[in-house]
Amino acid sequence: MTGSWEPVIGLEIHVQLKTRTKMFCRCESGFGAGANTHTCPICLGHPGSLPVPNAKAVEWTIKLGLALGCEIADHAIFHRKHYPYPDLAKGYQISQYDVPLCANGRFVVPGSDGDNEIGIVRAHLEEDAAKSVHVGGAGGRIGGAAHTLIDYNRGGTPLVEIVTQPDLHSADDAKRFLQLLRQTVVELGISDAEMEKGVLRADANVSVRPRGSDELRTRTELKNMNSFSFIARGIDAEIARQIAVWESGAEVVQQTYDYDPDTDTLTPRRTKEEAEDYRYLPDPDLVPIEPPAELVERLRAELPEAPGARIRRLEPELDLELAEGLVTTGRDRLYERTPGDRRAVANVVMNQLAAAGVDPEVVDGEQLGKLVEARERIPRAAFVEALAHAGEPGFEAERYLGEASVADVDELGPLVAEVLAAHPDEVAAYRGGKQGLLGFFVGQVMQRTEGKADAKIVNELLRNALG
Amino acid sequence: MIDTLRLTAEDAMGLLERGEVSAAELRGAYFDAIRERDGELHCYLRLVEDAPGEGVPIALKDIIGTEGVETTAGSKILAGYVPVYDSTVAARCKAAGLSLLGKTNTDEFAMGSSTENSAFGPSHNPWDPTRVPGGSGGGSAAAVAAGLAPWALGSDTGGSIKQPASLCGIVGLRPTYGTVSRYGIVAFASSLDQVGPTTKTVRDCALLYRVIAGRDPCDSTTVEVPPVELPEAEDLAGLRIGIPRELNEAEGIEPGVAAAVRHAIDLAQSLGAEVEECSLPRSVEYGLACYYIIAPAEASSNLARYDGVRYGFRAEGAGFEEQVELTRDEGFGDEPKRRIMLGAYALSAGYYEAYYGQAQKVRRVIADEHAALFERYDLLLSPTSPTVAFELGEKTANPLAMYLSDVLTIPANMAGLPGLSIPCGLSEGLPVGLQLVGPQLSENLLFRAGHALERAIGFDYVPERLR
Repeated sequence: MTGSWEPVIGLEIHVQLKTRTKMFCRCESGFGAGANTHTCPICLGHPGSLPVPNAKAVEWTIKLGLALGCEIADHAIFHRKHYPYPDLAKGYQISQYDVPLCANGRFVVPGSDGDNEIGIVRAHLEEDAAKSVHVGGAGGRIGGAAHTLIDYNRGGTPLVEIVTQPDLHSADDAKRFLQLLRQTVVELGISDAEMEKGVLRADANVSVRPRGSDELRTRTELKNMNSFSFIARGIDAEIARQIAVWESGAEVVQQTYDYDPDTDTLTPRRTKEEAEDYRYLPDPDLVPIEPPAELVERLRAELPEAPGARIRRLEPELDLELAEGLVTTGRDRLYERTPGDRRAVANVVMNQLAAAGVDPEVVDGEQLGKLVEARERIPRAAFVEALAHAGEPGFEAERYLGEASVADVDELGPLVAEVLAAHPDEVAAYRGGKQGLLGFFVGQVMQRTEGKADAKIVNELLRNALG
Repeated sequence: MIDTLRLTAEDAMGLLERGEVSAAELRGAYFDAIRERDGELHCYLRLVEDAPGEGVPIALKDIIGTEGVETTAGSKILAGYVPVYDSTVAARCKAAGLSLLGKTNTDEFAMGSSTENSAFGPSHNPWDPTRVPGGSGGGSAAAVAAGLAPWALGSDTGGSIKQPASLCGIVGLRPTYGTVSRYGIVAFASSLDQVGPTTKTVRDCALLYRVIAGRDPCDSTTVEVPPVELPEAEDLAGLRIGIPRELNEAEGIEPGVAAAVRHAIDLAQSLGAEVEECSLPRSVEYGLACYYIIAPAEASSNLARYDGVRYGFRAEGAGFEEQVELTRDEGFGDEPKRRIMLGAYALSAGYYEAYYGQAQKVRRVIADEHAALFERYDLLLSPTSPTVAFELGEKTANPLAMYLSDVLTIPANMAGLPGLSIPCGLSEGLPVGLQLVGPQLSENLLFRAGHALERAIGFDYVPERLR
């Protein structure tokens, strides 16, 4: 507990956009290709090469800015940010400085004591650096490595940097803000925002102050936290550390820490002798971005209902936690199109269906509603089996709704043989490697037993028979 | 027998069109001339024996990137760098059938006014080989003057086309900023760099400008260009020419230079132009100082990519930082080092506003001052260089004296205006050039006036000692 201390937290988030091509060249962006195969003279910083902005990335950044309640600049400028590092092909990163594309926004995170309004200082567009792989030596850091390999595939990927005001006051606040932001980004269709892949990265600026005061004390920066729970744990650890420092009579020193989730500890980064000076320069190779008012208005009109607003809309029929869970996992749309007891539907959508690994977007709400309605009456195994198939086209709940299950092997065995005999093509396809057809056979057996067969046994019998 | 000393590109085109010589014979004649005279003059850094193209051959300054042909920008740090792509201008020359003769010498990264800053040794003036050809495009200018190329391309940041043209007795155009693509041009100061023709006559200049000018999707700063007209008229009727006092009476202008320009002004009047003295007080007083903040600042940024990691020269060192330090220490000559230091200082935190920010404001003042004059005059006229060609070594020990070589060309460059230098006579047996400056996109007017004056002046562009 933080007791008489109030944490003050601001976040700096980087989101890689999933445009087909990079920010300033026509190389394909994305993961998975062989090292340095998605490169060209521009993203390798060859002499004479010039950047040309990706219009889609500009449009998507405006879209995100609007979703964050930002003002959109009518004359935004790209700057060069200089620092020497081998993963920066030009010796500078093209970024934005004093005139970002989006600024002065606010993003609402519904909370139990009202809305938590988080100020958005800015959301700007920049290019990502290449990826360095430090080989040999200890710690995977450049200092001790025997040598460094660089993959420029990532270099030049469009990146949006979002900076919040220090309006967050607990690790949980920060986590919930980030979850809602991630969901917003995903729903805008501009990024997959996967933290574990580094597509969404968040750094936190943390300080504490005596509760009731409005001063801002020295802050530290936490980096390298690649999941929501690591972020929460990292911030909690830092808050505790700072409180202990102040309470011991010492002072918190400005410092950057890397969070290590394995040991739940913070390691200070090696400090540089001189202060960082990025020598910002308006990029003379690029003309200002002047988004036409019609474009901005069209993008504004296309915005989906904000996740925060949806949470507030669903809250009365559920509770905040459940509503938030549904919305931040993108399951609220299925929830809304599934009839039945609201809390029961929410729980099934949130828990069992998620456990079954079914994509909520492809599930027929009407059929799911029938399943939820019957879930107390049918065997648990049948219910689970039914959920597992709920995403298949033409899924009908009735098939699984028999009153008691048939678990008798003697009764089911002949039915299995009958189904396989009736579908020789599918059997051949299954044996040829189309394992996904198992569900089809299960469905057929279920049909013949009017949904009463014990799916687990049917599965077993089918697997044995199909060898 | 083809007399390459006398032959204009337009003449050469005629010979080819009428089938009087083949493209191969034409190239052969230039290679003969190169073999005969380039040992003494050192215009070329590299010859291209086999190049495609059935048109008039061309030489390109080694700052212009050429696919498959080493491009060094006169620097050791780019020794061995062979571009994988053609600059837009090189591609346009190729598309027009102009076959590449070779790459011409330049001051390192185009930083200089004599070619003495080339890492590969200076070029010599064909009028007097003990003197410099000017710079940075001294190789291109000397090659055209000595009949080693029918025409050539240079690049002009502070005067690197106009000043060498003046010192070598030929024609040079620095086009309006944004009319010729910078894509593939090794960058020096991006907001000032501009490629342009170096030719024997104004009509050749217009013909070559027609090949290279026009919007390029690879360079965001380019604009649409009005159709280029080949000049015919031999009078200046109706033209109002302003004679800026500060550019014509600047300290350091040699009496012989002033006299030759004065004579040309009288001729202009006799051709029907209205001539009037005018004033550019702030442009000339602050132009050079302002230039020596903006150009080095941008240079310090543009040269940040040369780290030995991906291409060009590399000095091995222990670790990234040491490798970069050694690579730059050995790879860059004194002048780039000097400008990187000046530029990095001007951009550093706390100094940006006082230097770069202030210089940008002054630049606007210079542009406004010129714009005001163009409400009263069609063109401005002055000497191109305060002096005729100086001795090799005369200014190498004094960078400031060298910088003053561009004092008359820099103001128009800072304003992004086109300028044409044509020869207007001799002083002490060496060529004197005059500079015509017009408003943006006034190239056709510059060609018209330049052509009429060229006819009236009747300057013989073949160096006396080679006649």
